[in-house]
Order: sequence, then C-alpha cells, then structure tokens
Amino acid sequence: MKNNIRVLRAERKLTQGELADAIGVSRQTINAIEKGKFDPSLPTAFRLAGVFEKRIEEIFEYHEEG
Amino acid sequence: MNSVTMERKSERLRRVRLLALWTFVWTISTALVVFGSEFIWNGTKGLTVFALGINILLGIGMILAHRNFLEILDELERKIQLESMAITLGLTLVIGLAYSMLDVTDVIPWDAEISFLVMFMGICYMLAIFMNTRRYR
Repeated sequence: MKNNIRVLRAERKLTQGELADAIGVSRQTINAIEKGKFDPSLPTAFRLAGVFEKRIEEIFEYHEEG
Repeated sequence: MNSVTMERKSERLRRVRLLALWTFVWTISTALVVFGSEFIWNGTKGLTVFALGINILLGIGMILAHRNFLEILDELERKIQLESMAITLGLTLVIGLAYSMLDVTDVIPWDAEISFLVMFMGICYMLAIFMNTRRYR
C-alpha cells in the first residue's frame, strides 16, 4: 500500500515525532508507514486522515499484491 | 509534546518498571527454591513446596505484567513483539526437542538441562527483537 504521508507532513511542517504524538504511535511507526514497510490499522489510518483533514483514500493507495 | 503523549510515555515507563520488578522478584524466588532447599532449609519438603507455590504466583504476576506492558505498545511495536515471540517459541520447540533427543540417544555425554532452554529462549528473543526492529526501521 502506497501513501503520501511524507508529502502531507512536509506541507504542514510536521516532524515524524510530532505526527506520531498527534495520533498516539511511536516515531518508528510513522517512519515505517511512510516507507511502506508497515500498513497501519484502520483506526490509525482514520487518525492520520483526521490530522491531515483528508479522506483515507486521498492518503493511501491500495495495490493488489502479486 | 502534548499532555496526552506525556501521560502515555510516563504510563509506558511505569509498566516497563513494573515488568522489570516482577521479573526480578520471580528470578530471585526461582533461585530461592533451588538454593534455599539445598542450603537454608536442608531439603524440608513442606518449605520447598511453599517456596515453589510463591514462585508460581510470582511467575503469574510476571506474565500479567508482560501482558500489561504489551497493551500499551502501538500496533507496530506489538507486531514486532508478536513476531519475535513466534520465532522464539518455534525455535525453542525445535531446538529444545533436538537437544533433548541428543541426550536420550546418548549422543552427548551430559544431561540436557532445562536451564539451557531458558538461556536459549532469552538469547533468541533478544536477537529476534533486534532483527525485527531493524526490519521495520
């Protein structure tokens, strides 16, 4: 699953740590999500959408694997 | 850092300390059962059973403290812990049984002690945590 969190974060001048604090996860988790190494749960995706004031599908792009 | 984050971090630290305390006390009680029986109460069965009962209760406390600690982790940290525990459990089963069979079949001249398995689990768990943390970095 791809996402544009890094871009959205940069637009709002947020550090990974600040975004992590805003949604209640660790900085490592934000880093892993940004790099596409870890897909967040639905509640975390909704919290991210809330911070960026976007819909989930505007942040995440789903690609069928294989 | 907002107050919710500060609160969460201090709660996390509190749970880590509690887990460390339960683990420490359980370890001491384990040593007490073994060495107490031999050097303090000279093998009196009643006292050994009593000490063992305390040891088991403290062990249950340690398990609950560990569960309590896992609950405050975020989803990635929990995934790392879960994967590390799965690797540790699998390897302990396979290597533990293999080690035991080496003893049963007299391939090794010494007895396969349970302490080997405990040390193996500890090392395995630490390595798995290290590798999984690097994987998601």
